[in-house]
Amino acid sequence: MTGFRIGTPPTLDQSKVLRFRFDNKIYHGFAGDSLASALIAHGVRLVGRSFKYHRPRGFLSAGIEEPNGLLSVGEGARLTPNIKATMQPLYDGLVAQSQNRWPSLQFDMMGVNDWFANLLAAGFYYKTFMWPASFWEKVYEPLIRRAAGLGQAANLPDPDHYAQGNLFCDCLIIGSGPAGLIAALAAGRAGLRVILCEQDFVLGGRLLHEGDSFLSLSTQDWLTETLQELESLPTVRIMKQTMVFGHYDGGTYGAIEHNAAYSMATSAQEPRQIFWRIVAKQSILAAGAIERPHLFPNNDRPGIMLGSAVRSYLHRYGTACGHSTLVYTSQDDGWQTAFDLKKAGLAVIAIADTRSMIPQHLEAQAWQYDLPILKNACVTETTGRLSLNSVTITHEGGRETFQCDTLAVSNGWTPTLHLTSHQGSKPIWDASRHMFLPSKMQQGLLCAGAANGAMGLGECLASGLTAANRMLEQLDKQPQKIILPETPAPVLQTASFFHPTQTGKAFVDFQHDVTTNDIHLAYQEGYRSIEHLKRYTTLGMGTDQGKTSNMAGLAIMAELCGQTPDAVGTTVFRPPFEPIAIGALAGHHEGKHFRTTRLSAAHSVWEKEGAVFVEAGQWLRPQYFPKKGETHWRETVDREVVTTRQSVGLCDVSTLGKIEITGKDALAFLDFVYCNPLKSLAVGKTRYGLMLREDGFVYDDGTIARLEDNRFVITTTTAQAVGVMNHLDFCHQVHKPHWDVRMVSVTEQYSQFAVAGPQSRALLERVIGQQIDLSDEAFPYLACKEFSLAPHIKARLFRLSFSGERAYELAIPAPYGEVLAQTLITAGQDFGLTLYGTEALGVMRIEKGHSAGNELNGMTTAGDLGLARMVSKSKDFIGRVMAQRPALTDPDRPQLAGFRPVQPQDQFAAGAHVFSKNVPHSIEYDEGYLTSVAFSPICGSLIGLGLIRNGPQRHGEVIIAYDSMRGRKTELEIVSPCFYDPEGVRLNG
Amino acid sequence: MRLTCPYCGPRDSREFTYKGDATRIRPADDDKMFDYVYVRDNPKGLHQDYWLHQPCRNWLVVERNTATHEVTSVTAAAQREAKP
Repeated sequence: MTGFRIGTPPTLDQSKVLRFRFDNKIYHGFAGDSLASALIAHGVRLVGRSFKYHRPRGFLSAGIEEPNGLLSVGEGARLTPNIKATMQPLYDGLVAQSQNRWPSLQFDMMGVNDWFANLLAAGFYYKTFMWPASFWEKVYEPLIRRAAGLGQAANLPDPDHYAQGNLFCDCLIIGSGPAGLIAALAAGRAGLRVILCEQDFVLGGRLLHEGDSFLSLSTQDWLTETLQELESLPTVRIMKQTMVFGHYDGGTYGAIEHNAAYSMATSAQEPRQIFWRIVAKQSILAAGAIERPHLFPNNDRPGIMLGSAVRSYLHRYGTACGHSTLVYTSQDDGWQTAFDLKKAGLAVIAIADTRSMIPQHLEAQAWQYDLPILKNACVTETTGRLSLNSVTITHEGGRETFQCDTLAVSNGWTPTLHLTSHQGSKPIWDASRHMFLPSKMQQGLLCAGAANGAMGLGECLASGLTAANRMLEQLDKQPQKIILPETPAPVLQTASFFHPTQTGKAFVDFQHDVTTNDIHLAYQEGYRSIEHLKRYTTLGMGTDQGKTSNMAGLAIMAELCGQTPDAVGTTVFRPPFEPIAIGALAGHHEGKHFRTTRLSAAHSVWEKEGAVFVEAGQWLRPQYFPKKGETHWRETVDREVVTTRQSVGLCDVSTLGKIEITGKDALAFLDFVYCNPLKSLAVGKTRYGLMLREDGFVYDDGTIARLEDNRFVITTTTAQAVGVMNHLDFCHQVHKPHWDVRMVSVTEQYSQFAVAGPQSRALLERVIGQQIDLSDEAFPYLACKEFSLAPHIKARLFRLSFSGERAYELAIPAPYGEVLAQTLITAGQDFGLTLYGTEALGVMRIEKGHSAGNELNGMTTAGDLGLARMVSKSKDFIGRVMAQRPALTDPDRPQLAGFRPVQPQDQFAAGAHVFSKNVPHSIEYDEGYLTSVAFSPICGSLIGLGLIRNGPQRHGEVIIAYDSMRGRKTELEIVSPCFYDPEGVRLNG
Repeated sequence: MRLTCPYCGPRDSREFTYKGDATRIRPADDDKMFDYVYVRDNPKGLHQDYWLHQPCRNWLVVERNTATHEVTSVTAAAQREAKP
């Protein structure tokens, strides 16, 4: 047993005991503990096995940079892998498991990987396991994936839910350490709307992790006083457990707030996390800094920890990491660790400093504490398989081995400046502070405190206030005067990152098991760029993104290349700063909530009538209406078609896009956006219209109805309703801005029903005969009229037919859609009315040879669809010029034709390609393909529409439809695309 | 990302739909139509794009720096000066 509880810090509530389980053993901790601190307090040191070599690992850090202490937390569907135990607040009933070990953490069979380490060096999977090639996917990759890795996902649907929200503020402050707090105070006092985000579950940042740091008052008193004032300021919002993970364009930030109350016992109704989009006029990054570890052989043994972490566990969690500690440092900062441990009454074996010149004040203090000092020191070896036993050091006095259970390492600090890089600016090397600092060129983002290179409490406070006042100036506010509390002098200074030239094999990236040898190997093999080094060795590619390893990697590469760190540079930091749950980004947009489901106004009527629905984009449309006794959908659809053709059918066509267009230039505008001439369209008339894209291909089709001189209503296909609206607005505002045209989408404002069949007029006469004259003289084919259906209810009637029968489309304001549908159904009983859905609609339009979505596929021209004669030659319109290109007018292009099987019982499907008889079925002989196929009850066989070379000239020819998906060949006869009533007799009644 | 609609003020990018190069104007001359439809520059620096602000249905010309994403101006397409 190594770690143990010592002291009672105010951040720990020892009256609240929390029980938790780790690897099936029960432990307890206190409210305020992290999972890591509670484990350390129990002497648990071994918490994981490394990624590749399965080496025993313990906690390195006490924060977000933790590379080793990744645990699976939770059970069942709520199991979450790769949680940093250092960041996980302890809660009662928490269940955690170690990862990447079998059968147990203490005895891991895969530990043999460590013996074969030479095989697993940088780029090993590019070099080994290469032969035979077919083994890669089936044998090698699964093996490697099983052996290497992190935790396993739950593989069950996530029962928790996640919320999202937007926040707006004048000033976003990221980090609640001394710099962030003082900046928030200044901004809050100036009356700015402030959001202060802290990723931790306690506010205070580094202040919580150090001993008393002010001269004349305790840290706790200062924190309490400051937080009380901040909480009292009405414009300051404090968000704990909220990690700002990304900085985006225009002052937008992404943040994840973890529900503080979340535990296994929490109901799944409460959001587990909230994804916030924060829009800030200005922001201050005060995210602190991360300490760097040392490089020496076997530097990854459990018990070797960052000095700053040893202090964190001591001060914040009242926990000693071991009984006997040796401090190894290249910096003043390491001495603080030794002094703090001594002050707490813990044994410090020695302080080993890599430097020969030590500041006088540190040496003097060390003497007071009776601390042995080793200068010019270099750790050359460590022992202890599952926990550190001894450390061997060469120093001025020679080579010595020390028995100790903890080695506290300090090798300088790296500012946490990741967010400053998300918008593309590169960190700048500061040779005097031996660290990369944020570039000065930041849009609306200032840096303060250790994130900006400030070292020591006094400097951090001052830098927080300076940043806040700079920001206040930019927002035209008065700078704030705050008297900062006194802090001790002299300030601890930073020295350069220490890495001996001959380290032997030392771990650089603990999480991905990248060693100094791997970096040397990458260099030998010609990799120089830090970005290439990263990808070849996987340095910094773990879930910690190299927060403790990037500096070592680039320092070694710089030395090998004979360059300075600034010449090598850092890899680019991209969002997210920390792994975030995809669930939080998705929020409620999952399953059926992924997109809106749109229901037509009469949906409940169709439901009552037993409709089977189909998704048409966002819409749910009735597909068919099965009746009792019908055993197959085809039986239903055949009945719907036959009944409609014999008497009357009713279909909801409300989903078609409907756009109302008014203005003096409305007609000219329509004439410009449709390719067929519209100038002659009379009031009270409707015309089919075809819209091209500017590149000359067909975009959409629909109808144009002229209700009044300068008032039109057009329809679009369901699929393109939104696109056409955008297109028309574009054509108006960009191409014809001076024309007097006004447009509005009325798709959702009107319900529209198609009433089709020989009895359609009789049915409508019964329902609306009082209001409108339906005689063929008054209301012939293609007529349209707006009329009052009841006082204050304006309805529109169009005589249009998609089915080929006498047919009408009746539109009514959507609130009356339901009642109109019901009225038509009731009135229709005497006429044998059938309801029909999209299937029967499709069958009837294929029987009539009308093009629809399958033919308007973005690759067809008006000519391809047999509509070449519609295209105007005497006006300008969208697509006019490009439609005349030779390739688009080539007579050899596949053109619309009908197809019917030579043997009526033969099967074929849309998508089959067509070939002449007696040629191979290969691409060079391909003549086109079938676009739409349906069973026609009128023809008694399957019929199809398709595009085939020279189609209109080849009626009567027999070809082969080759369906390579189903391996089927069918003999088809090319016929006219219109299978039913080609003279249009039925249309006119 | 945020764009400042001249009618609605600064709004979230999710309210906008992108269309493409706004430096091209539909030509009166048929011979120039091919360039208008297909030929595009890919400049580093200032560039203009069309964006539709869905809620207010205005097509906008957004001038931005393709290297820094800085937006330098947003104007309604319909308010642009007369075309060649």
